[in-house]
Amino acid sequence: MVSPAHFIALSVILFVIGAVGVLVRRNAIVVFMCVELMLNAANLAFVAFARMHNALDGQVIAFFVMVVAAAEVVVGLAILTAIFRARRSASVDDANLMKY
Amino acid sequence: MSVTVAATASTIAAPHFEWSLLSPMLLVFGAALAGVLIEAFAPRDLRRPMHVALTLGSLAGAFVLTVVLAAKSSIFAAGKPGVVAAIGTVGVDRPTLFIQATILILAFVSVLLIAESSHEVSSFTPQAAAVPGSAEEREGLLAGLSHTEVYPLTLFAVGGMLLFPAANDLLTMFIALEVLSLPLYLLCGLARRRRLLSQEAAMKYFLLGAFSSAIFLFGIAMLYGYAGSVRLSAIATAAQSGLASSTLLYAGIALLGVGLLFKVGAVPFQAWKPDVYQGSPTPITALMASCTLVSAFGALLRVFYVAFGQLTWDWRPAMWAVAIVTMMVGSIIAITQTDVKRLLAYSSIAQAGYILTGVIAANAAGLSGSLFYLAAYGFATIGAFAIVTLVRDRAGEAAHMSGWAGLGKRSPLVAGVFALFLIAFAGIPLTSGFNGKFAVFRAAIQGGALPLVIIGVISSAILAFPYVRVIVLMFFSEPAAEGPVVVRPSAYTGLAVAIGAAATVVLGIIPEPLLSLASHAASQLFVR
Repeated sequence: MVSPAHFIALSVILFVIGAVGVLVRRNAIVVFMCVELMLNAANLAFVAFARMHNALDGQVIAFFVMVVAAAEVVVGLAILTAIFRARRSASVDDANLMKY
Repeated sequence: MSVTVAATASTIAAPHFEWSLLSPMLLVFGAALAGVLIEAFAPRDLRRPMHVALTLGSLAGAFVLTVVLAAKSSIFAAGKPGVVAAIGTVGVDRPTLFIQATILILAFVSVLLIAESSHEVSSFTPQAAAVPGSAEEREGLLAGLSHTEVYPLTLFAVGGMLLFPAANDLLTMFIALEVLSLPLYLLCGLARRRRLLSQEAAMKYFLLGAFSSAIFLFGIAMLYGYAGSVRLSAIATAAQSGLASSTLLYAGIALLGVGLLFKVGAVPFQAWKPDVYQGSPTPITALMASCTLVSAFGALLRVFYVAFGQLTWDWRPAMWAVAIVTMMVGSIIAITQTDVKRLLAYSSIAQAGYILTGVIAANAAGLSGSLFYLAAYGFATIGAFAIVTLVRDRAGEAAHMSGWAGLGKRSPLVAGVFALFLIAFAGIPLTSGFNGKFAVFRAAIQGGALPLVIIGVISSAILAFPYVRVIVLMFFSEPAAEGPVVVRPSAYTGLAVAIGAAATVVLGIIPEPLLSLASHAASQLFVR
């Protein structure tokens, strides 16, 4: 029997995978995808908790998060595209003009 | 489940909005939308003057509306701390109105810097889409273009900053966080000179900012699971009864705290701050260093005083550790800096640590001290960044400190005013910085955090060293032959510097009016 608690556990696992990905991956696009994975993990948690509390709030919050994630993609890809055109690279290690 | 859903659906009533209570924010967002229309329809020559008038006008109008709200007796009738508006999602109370008024004034002064166009045309690139160093970019520069989109973007960011500390539920707070952050990510990448640096700053700010928002959001999910609601007061009630699993509560506090401390720039979440402050166009750095800091501290204060107010003993130890490392790391790394903007960034990290001691006090004195400190620091920091825009060599702003040698001999006035801001940051008496530090440290002692105050004083002493070094460099060394010059400011930048300097001196010599206003604002804490 799959209970909402299992979904919470899954969302925590996805969140951790996303967070580790942000910290270890080098390509800015992949880093950004990992952030999206973290947002979706939160969405899964919201929906599962909504089921547990027998309330709709969590499901509505998930919609808001999707809209915010879409807006973030627009801004983020604009910045990453501009950088790629200037440097021919999307690696976060190459962007190192400023240090310490 | 389906029965409950059907029952809820049949009883949904049209939400009631208190438009007058929300009017300052609505005015700013409305002006931002009007700015988008100007960008779409107005002829190019007219855009800039129209944007400047609209932006400054709406910020001033929103400030007046905020003052009118604060003076309105019906909100605070019968000793109430305030009211909640928009079906309970926005809190309108005295600390929030104080914070919003502070943000609006500081944003007004920052927009004066953004509107500067006399020297080198503007701080903003003609075409952000053109590759740095390309023919396209040169064409834009020769045609004298400049991105006027910065004005609506700034207004959207300021609107988000107004909503962020007012949000009475965590969903609204998350939306406000994104509304304030997304335009700032773009604004960071629009510098006219050193564009690769600017784009790099935008990317770093964006990736780390999105990472911290995701952490913040997961914290909200945990607290929603704990309390069954994202309303701050409901979380406080649930925490008081202590029925649900405390794992969710503590995970939620920690993740939410990380998201908020990132925006504040507290160590260990400060990594973005020096790079972003250095790479961004300086007027945008001024906006971020003043308004974003005020807004983020407002939200931090509201969350930790309202939702976690009963759990002070649980979050205080972690906050102590963060405050201590923030004060020490900020001041020690500041010593090694050779770039003026980076020095100011590390100084801003240390200042965030001092304000955190006021947050940790968790009493009305701590709140009022933090409010005063934020206002005093905001004016000084905008003034300091305004001076940075004036000291220029052939490549643009001379941010490297070696160029500032002997500035006091060539331009005593500009160097003198910059020295004034530096001694205010260092907290020397008779400047606003001293009174701000005194207010938060006194509150921290009252709240039983004497060791924190001792570390704060040590950190201030360390931080005074890099400031004094810059002052010595400006006044006691010989100017280089081909060194940078101080350009003559236009009325906009001149006014911004004058406001910053006047506020620093006035709040240093006669702080009582603002101090009493802040303690009046903080007397009843936040509305629940």
